[in-house]
Amino acid sequence: MIRVQEGDFNIGEEIEALRKGSSGKVRTDIGAIVTFTGTVRDALREGAGEISAMTLEHYPGMTEKELARIEEEARSRWPLQASLIVHRVGTLLPGDNIVLVVTASAHREAAFEAARFLMDYLKTSAPFWKRETGPQGEHWVEAKDTDDQAAARWREE
Amino acid sequence: MTRLLYFAWVKEKTGIASEDVELPESAGTVADVIAWLKTRGPEFENAFAQEETIRAAVDQTHARADASIAGAREIAFFPPVTGG
Repeated sequence: MIRVQEGDFNIGEEIEALRKGSSGKVRTDIGAIVTFTGTVRDALREGAGEISAMTLEHYPGMTEKELARIEEEARSRWPLQASLIVHRVGTLLPGDNIVLVVTASAHREAAFEAARFLMDYLKTSAPFWKRETGPQGEHWVEAKDTDDQAAARWREE
Repeated sequence: MTRLLYFAWVKEKTGIASEDVELPESAGTVADVIAWLKTRGPEFENAFAQEETIRAAVDQTHARADASIAGAREIAFFPPVTGG
């Protein structure tokens, strides 16, 4: 499942929904659930001071396609019982949630690995851009080489 | 007609989010479109000045500079992504 939304998400409720699936009964074939939550940090760049807000822009249409593609690839690589990616857009404040990745599998290795893969790919291929507002005005966050390297690692294996 | 979309600082520099254009027939790749865009005025020249940092998507799929644009309905230009 993938979702792009302005509103916040509740991690506990998302896990419960994922555990129950469409039947409404708690699934008993899941042995491990891993969640990753990305949140807005108040200092992004060295010496830039504290940021007061973060605005996330995206490419409607392509974003959903990319997230679905990334999720499908994770599910082809690992035996996942369920997975979820929620990404927020719009203006967020320090401490706010930005992104949630949840993976469920029979065993923890697949759940951990798949969550890591999803985040590494999301950071480098899903069309979202962050703009920070701080003491020096507005500034687009630059992409990091370390994110590209993290994503490239999965192609080498 | 082809729809061109601009995001993040590329949008800020061109001053527009989207436009429908008639691309020159000679434009066969993403790089050709960028080369043509740069002839359209100082805003475009400035937006695409650091061509190597700009990413593109053809019909909502990531595309490299040498990718064909044959039959493309939508071409988007944007900086490297920074979500997550």
